[in-house]
Amino acid sequence: MTSKRIAGGLGLLLGVGLAAGQAMALEGDAERGQAAAGTCVACHQGDGSGMNVPGGESWPRLAGMDASYIAKQLHDFKEGRRQNASMMPFANMLNDQQIADVAVYYSEMPVTGAQGGDVDESLLDRGEQLALRGDWDRYIVSCKSCHGPRNEGAGSTFPGIASQHAGYIENQLRAWQADERSNDPQNLMGAIAKRMSDEDIRAVSAWLASQSVASE
Amino acid sequence: MNHFRTHLGRTTLALASATLVAGVSLAASAESPHPAVETLLEMGYPAPQEGELVHIPPTMADLEASDLHPETKQVIRRGYDLFTNTQQLRGENVFNDMNCSSCHLGEGRQPFSAPVWAAAVTLPNYRGKNDHVNNLEERIAGCFAYSMNGVPPEYGSDDMLAMTAYHQWLAKGAPVYPDQPIYGRGFPAPDRPDELSYENGEALYVENCAVCHSEDGSGYYEKGEYVFPPPWGDGSNNWGAGIVRLFTAAGFIKNNMPLGQPMSLSDQEAWDIAYYMSSQERPQDPRYTGDVAETLERFGPTFHRHSLYGQEGPDGEVLADHANWGEKGDEVKPWNVGQPRFEELKAQ
Repeated sequence: MTSKRIAGGLGLLLGVGLAAGQAMALEGDAERGQAAAGTCVACHQGDGSGMNVPGGESWPRLAGMDASYIAKQLHDFKEGRRQNASMMPFANMLNDQQIADVAVYYSEMPVTGAQGGDVDESLLDRGEQLALRGDWDRYIVSCKSCHGPRNEGAGSTFPGIASQHAGYIENQLRAWQADERSNDPQNLMGAIAKRMSDEDIRAVSAWLASQSVASE
Repeated sequence: MNHFRTHLGRTTLALASATLVAGVSLAASAESPHPAVETLLEMGYPAPQEGELVHIPPTMADLEASDLHPETKQVIRRGYDLFTNTQQLRGENVFNDMNCSSCHLGEGRQPFSAPVWAAAVTLPNYRGKNDHVNNLEERIAGCFAYSMNGVPPEYGSDDMLAMTAYHQWLAKGAPVYPDQPIYGRGFPAPDRPDELSYENGEALYVENCAVCHSEDGSGYYEKGEYVFPPPWGDGSNNWGAGIVRLFTAAGFIKNNMPLGQPMSLSDQEAWDIAYYMSSQERPQDPRYTGDVAETLERFGPTFHRHSLYGQEGPDGEVLADHANWGEKGDEVKPWNVGQPRFEELKAQ
């Protein structure tokens, strides 16, 4: 019951192709990662905090995210399993070893705060409801069921979403709704996202952004 | 593997609608269904049959808005807390990695996921499992003894009161001892196929379940905190829990799994995964007499004829032929198991 078990299982279970499997086997090094992350800084910032861009394309916090999760996303961008016009060229600049390195580099950064949580209380309450208890009358499972007790992530499969920019979370949920993102295992996230109203998306994104995560 | 997609583009605040329809019980009719039932229909669940009792329990938001005494609300909240985080009783009443809500999804409110309010309106009643009339507290005590591999809180204790209060709150508005069948009660089993395949079940488990429950069935804990429950092994329910019965496991899986994608597996798939899961080991049944064949004979007619207890397992071994009590060891014994009731009445 350690994160290693899920991470190890991922290599077998994802079946996303040899590249990802090989990357899982590559050991990343934070120092090499820092060198390779030169092009990442402009958007994701030197401290990995990213930036909330309301109404636009937010750049997610990478600081403190699980290394294998980051690596999978980069491979998915490269291979087109995750569609993003901004990220694809940057992911293409990295070889497998560099992907493993930047992933470790960012994973070791202290988690930073998020923006976008400054909304009115009733919306935040709705967000908290969805994040911690869900809305089963609409078959919306709580976020924490998979993303962990404080939505700080569960292993490498379910990323931390607390203290992530609201704009970024909103964009991802909408992408799942519109079938523009589908690199989640077994459509687990897509199925939930498609039951969320626009208000739900704004609510849960704001609440998660308002959760300040103390880093270890 | 079906990719189950549903889009409900609602924009209303669900909170408002929940308050409006708190604790609504209806006999199913041709009128437009409760929004929660509408959702179930969209998810692929069967529609309520004519004459079935449809009860959608109130929510915790409804509790806050209700006129109940503040202390009553507090106690019900305590019951909710115990239900959704039963792990807080670890080492005292709980000796595995489960919560009540691990299997009773949606905070115990969810149709087709053994919603617990039903026990509050159908008990006290005779139960074949222990061959006597049980009340709600004894029913809950059974959950601790079997599903939680533990020791129940004492009858009449604060925690028992809190848990029964939560059950009863969820039953708000439902008729006591209903004559009608209850819509969405228990984990209704899909029809059992002619053949069950362990190999298929294993492959399906790895493909559909392992992402959360781990390939070795140990579930998942993140930094020592519960995320996903273990379907087998020492962290799971013991051999006395209802879900070891194949039809119960198949019903649970078909109606609830993968999480968020109910009704996405075929009947055959649900049964095969249930068969695979039920063929794995777990702590011993508290009713164990010391001999697995003897225990099977005694509890076969009422219970274990539906499970693989004492049957041949995947490697030719006899399942449950051991004295492994899991985390509770052999010192901790559930006091409610084997406790008779109404012996004088029965003697008449």
